[in-house]
Amino acid sequence: MILVNWLNKIASPQRFYLFCGKWTPWLSLLFFILLSLGLYGGLVTAPADYQQGDAFRIIYVHVPAAWMSLFIYIVMATNAVVAIIWRIKVAEVSIICCAHIGAYFTFLALVTGSLWGKPMWGTWWTWDARLTSELVLLFLYLGIIALYNAYEDKRSASRAIAILTLVGVINIPIIHYSVVWWNTLHQGATVSKFDKPSIDTRMLIPLLEMGVAFSVYFFISLFQRARNEILQREFNSQWVKELVKEKSNA
Amino acid sequence: MRDFIAMGGYGFYIWTSYALTFFVLAINIIISRVKRRQILNELSNFHQTQAPVKDE
Repeated sequence: MILVNWLNKIASPQRFYLFCGKWTPWLSLLFFILLSLGLYGGLVTAPADYQQGDAFRIIYVHVPAAWMSLFIYIVMATNAVVAIIWRIKVAEVSIICCAHIGAYFTFLALVTGSLWGKPMWGTWWTWDARLTSELVLLFLYLGIIALYNAYEDKRSASRAIAILTLVGVINIPIIHYSVVWWNTLHQGATVSKFDKPSIDTRMLIPLLEMGVAFSVYFFISLFQRARNEILQREFNSQWVKELVKEKSNA
Repeated sequence: MRDFIAMGGYGFYIWTSYALTFFVLAINIIISRVKRRQILNELSNFHQTQAPVKDE
């Protein structure tokens, strides 16, 4: 009940705007702490891999970026459901913000993967199931952004991309299970499986730290983008007028 | 230190990945901050033309 009340409150654009502003500095602090721990652990204390030597250290940016590309899509799809059923403005705003951040992370996962593939597999790119489905994810994100920009009215734009987002959800399990369903060059899961993770703890901990750091970064960026979007959409409301006046006088 | 930069011969691939990642993450934040300033300026001008602010 408390959660429902809280969600009801936070769903108002003004409250969400203030909430984002309040939490951003704390999240930034948390991000830098986790990032320092993760980078130090990953680049310094983790031992070299028995097969890949030091090249495996790309894992600490590649895997968290790839996790984020999927995680952000799931967040985006959840917002799409809320936007379609309840037409909550904050959810509508979040969809497009997620799409932008998701596109950045998907791009990073692909490029860092390429930089890892070259020394290990001997090729920058191959039409392997994992790589291809991840590329489709990038096109999905870009398609969602393009569709959004094609509309003049932002609320209709949000509704249109909410539907496209839900159609694209089919790609998420395909990416995750691609290394199981097809015989791929890309290695299988190391962490997210029912067995014990098949990775040394000194390698695993920095990876998890980087994963959490990237998630925190995602929320920082989401809050920032959502604030911009809310200001633009609510430009005529009293609280925005007061806020703008206060900011321009300062 | 030199060993650290060389990364067992994989330095180029590792440092390029890390540099690119942090470059993109930084750009993403910077774009939002610049946009925020633009929006605040635009809205400030817009609100002033709509209803002149009385207090000086």
